[in-house]
Amino acid sequence: MRIKQLLIGITASVIAISSYVEIAVADLKFPMLVYRTGAYAPNGIPNADGFVDYYKMINARDGGIGGEKILHPECETGYKTQVGVECYEKNKKDAMVFQPMSTGITYQLIPKATADGVTVYSTGYGRTSAANGKVFKWIFNAPVTYWDGASIAVRHILKQNLGNIRGKKIALVYHNSAYGKEPIRTLQTLSKKHGFKLMLLPVDHPGQEQKATWLKIRKARPDNVLMWGWGVMNQVAVKSAASIKFPMDKFIGIWWSGSENDVLPAGQGAHGYKSLTFNAPGDSYQVHKDIKKYVHDKGEASGDGSHFGTVLYNRGLFQAMVQVEAAVVAQKIHGTSKITPAMYRDGMEAVNLSAARMEELGFKDFAPPFKNTCENHGGSGLAAVQQWDAKAKKWNMITEYMYGDSDVVQKLIAEDSSKYAAEQKIAERCN
Amino acid sequence: MLYKETGQYKSSYKSDHAIFPLIQDKIAFSTLMFIAFLIVPFIINSYWEKAILVPFLIFSLAAIGLNILTGYCGQVSLGTGGFMAVGAFSTYKIMTYFPDLNIMIIVLISGLITAAVGILFGLPSLRIKGFYLAVATLASQFFLVWLFNKVPWFYNYSDTGQITVSERLMFGIPVTGATAPPYATYLFCLILVVLLGFAAKNLIRSKMGRSWMAIRDMDIAAEIIGVPPLKTKLSAFAISSFYIGVAGALYFAVFLGAIEVTESFDIMTISFPVLFMIIIGGLGSMLGSFLGAAFIVTLPIGLKFIMVDLVGLSAVTAKHFEITIWGLLMIIFLIVEPHGLARLWSIAKEKLRRWPFPY
Repeated sequence: MRIKQLLIGITASVIAISSYVEIAVADLKFPMLVYRTGAYAPNGIPNADGFVDYYKMINARDGGIGGEKILHPECETGYKTQVGVECYEKNKKDAMVFQPMSTGITYQLIPKATADGVTVYSTGYGRTSAANGKVFKWIFNAPVTYWDGASIAVRHILKQNLGNIRGKKIALVYHNSAYGKEPIRTLQTLSKKHGFKLMLLPVDHPGQEQKATWLKIRKARPDNVLMWGWGVMNQVAVKSAASIKFPMDKFIGIWWSGSENDVLPAGQGAHGYKSLTFNAPGDSYQVHKDIKKYVHDKGEASGDGSHFGTVLYNRGLFQAMVQVEAAVVAQKIHGTSKITPAMYRDGMEAVNLSAARMEELGFKDFAPPFKNTCENHGGSGLAAVQQWDAKAKKWNMITEYMYGDSDVVQKLIAEDSSKYAAEQKIAERCN
Repeated sequence: MLYKETGQYKSSYKSDHAIFPLIQDKIAFSTLMFIAFLIVPFIINSYWEKAILVPFLIFSLAAIGLNILTGYCGQVSLGTGGFMAVGAFSTYKIMTYFPDLNIMIIVLISGLITAAVGILFGLPSLRIKGFYLAVATLASQFFLVWLFNKVPWFYNYSDTGQITVSERLMFGIPVTGATAPPYATYLFCLILVVLLGFAAKNLIRSKMGRSWMAIRDMDIAAEIIGVPPLKTKLSAFAISSFYIGVAGALYFAVFLGAIEVTESFDIMTISFPVLFMIIIGGLGSMLGSFLGAAFIVTLPIGLKFIMVDLVGLSAVTAKHFEITIWGLLMIIFLIVEPHGLARLWSIAKEKLRRWPFPY
C-alpha cells in the first residue's frame, strides 16, 4: 500500500516537472535580480518596486516596447553573490540586460556577461572603470560613478570651506566590501591634491555593529564624514551620528545612503543629513501620474505600493527607464522590434537622454541629461547634494548638479581599466 | 531480494577489504561513474554547471575535509570558511607569481598550504576539547577572513579587495575564467573529487584513520593503548585542511572566478552550511559527505524551482517559504534521523535486503 502511494507520488511529480516547458515567446526579457529579503531588503524593496511598476506601466500604456511586451521575471538573491550567479545562469538566455543591484554580483558578472554577450547595466555602482567603453564592451554604469561621487562630495566640502580644506580631517565610513572600498583611491588622490587628512573607518557586513567606528569619530573629531553604506548600515550610522551629536550637515552619504529608510529611524536627530543623488525625489512627475493611472489605480502595484515616490523607488524608475530606452534605440537602429541581446547592447551604447527626450518620457527635470558613447559608458558624471528635512520628512535638493574632479577620475579610470585589459587580454575598441 | 549478499563469498583478504565488497555496490558505483564521466559532460549546460554540479562537487570536498576532522577524529571545527579562504588566496597568489604553472598543481599546492595553516590552528586542540575547541576554530575563521581583507598583499593591492581569476588551461581547454566551457570545469572538479575521495576513503581504513577514530571515541583510552594524540590530532587537522583548501581553491578559481573574502567566506555562507552538510549527511561517513552536500546545495534551488516555476509563487514569497522550510526540515531531520542521510541509506539497504518479503 505504502509503495503504491509512493509510486503515485513519484509519477505525479515527474509528470509535473516534465510538463514544465519554458514558454518560448518573442517578448523582451528584462530579468531582475532583486533582494526583498535579508539585511539589505529595506533598500532592495523600494528599488525593485520602482522597476516593476515602470515595466508594468510601459506594458499597460504603450503595449510594451514597439509592440513587444516586457517580461520581467524576478530572482531573489538576498544580496548573495553565489545566489546571484545562479539567478544569472537561470535567466541569461535571451536576456536583454542584467541589473544586479550589488557591486559584488556586478564584479562576478562582468567577465561572465562579456563572454556570454549579455549587457550589464550597473546604474551608479559596480566597477567604476567600466565607464571606459573601450575595454568594457558589455558593461555600462551611467550616469555617474563612485569616483565621480567621491570627488563631488569633496567639491561640496570645498565649496562650503571657501575652497580651502588644507589640514582638515575627512573620515570615510564604508561598507567593508568591494562596494565600500571603491572610493578610497580617489579620496587618497584628492587628499594629496587638496591637502586634507583622510581617515578610513570600515564597517563589516551587515553593518549593525558601529559602536567602535563612532567612538573613533568622537575622539578624532573629523571635520566631515563621508559614508558609503547600504542596507541596515545606513540607518545605524545616521542614528549613531545623531547620538554622538555629530553635526549632521557635515555628514554626507553616497547616493545609496540617502533614502527615507535610512534617515527616518533616527527621527529629528537626522535633520540636516546630506547625501548625493543623481535623480530628484518626489512623486509629482508625469511618469508618476502614468504609473498611478495605469498600474496603481488598477490595484497592480508591486509590493504594497507604499514606496511610491521615495528616493530609491524613483531611482528604480530611472534605471528601468534607461533600460527601456536602450531597447527603443536598439529597435530604431536595427529597424526591427524583435531585438536580440547583441542589438540591445548597440542600443544601450547609443542612448541619448537629452532634456527634451526625458520630458517626452515623463521625466522632465527628474535627472540631468546624459548620453552613452562607444568610449564612455559612464554617462554625464553629474550628481547633486540633497538634504533631509526631518520636520517635513522630505529630501530637498540644495545644490545644482555638479561634475566631479574629472582630471583625477579620468586618469584613475584609464589606469584601472588598462590594468584589467592587460589581465584579461582585451583589445581596446572604438579606435 | 534486490540487495542480497547471500552467496557472495570472499576467498581472499583483497576481496574482503574491497571498498565495495558487494557486487551490487560495485555495479551501482560503476554506473554512477559511467554517467558522471561519460554522459554528464555531453549534456551539461552552464546552468547545471554553475548552479548545481560544480558547487555540489566543491562542497562535497569541503564536507569530506570537515568530516575527517569532526566526524572521524571528533574535533569540532567552525573554521571551514577561513581555511577555504586560505586555499583561495594561495591559489590567487601562486597564479599571479607563476603564470605558467599548471592549474592542477596550483590547486594541490594551495591544499598543502592550507594543511600547514590547519596544523597551526590545530595546535590548541591538544589542550582544549569539545565546545572550547569549536570556539578556538571560530577564532581562526574570523582571524583568517580579517587577515585577507586587511593585508593588501594578499589581494595584490587591488582597489576593492576583490581577487579575480585569470584564464588557465588544461590540455588546451580553459578550466578557469569566464570562457571555460561547462564540461571542462565540471570534469576538472569531478576528477579531483573522485581521486581525493578515494584517497580519503582509504586513509580512513588505514592505521591513521583507525587512530583518528580511537581518539574520537575516547582520547584517554586511545592514548593508553599507544595512539599518540599529538600526531593523530595534527594529522587530522592537516589532512582535513588539505581537502578544505582544495575546495576553497576550486570555489574561487573554477566556480566563482571573482571573490571578495568577507562575503564569500563568511561564517554563514561556508562554515555553518558545511557543518550542516556533515551533520545532515552523517558524521563519520564518506557517503554522508556527498549526500549532505547534495542536500544543502540542491534544496534551496529545488524549493525555488517547485515554488516559483511550477506553482508560480512570486520570488520573494518563495524565498520566505524557503527559509522557513529549510529551518523546519533541519529540525525534523535531526529529530527523526539524528544519524543523517547516510543512516537512512543503510536502513534502506536493510529493507531492500528483505524486500518484497519482510518478516
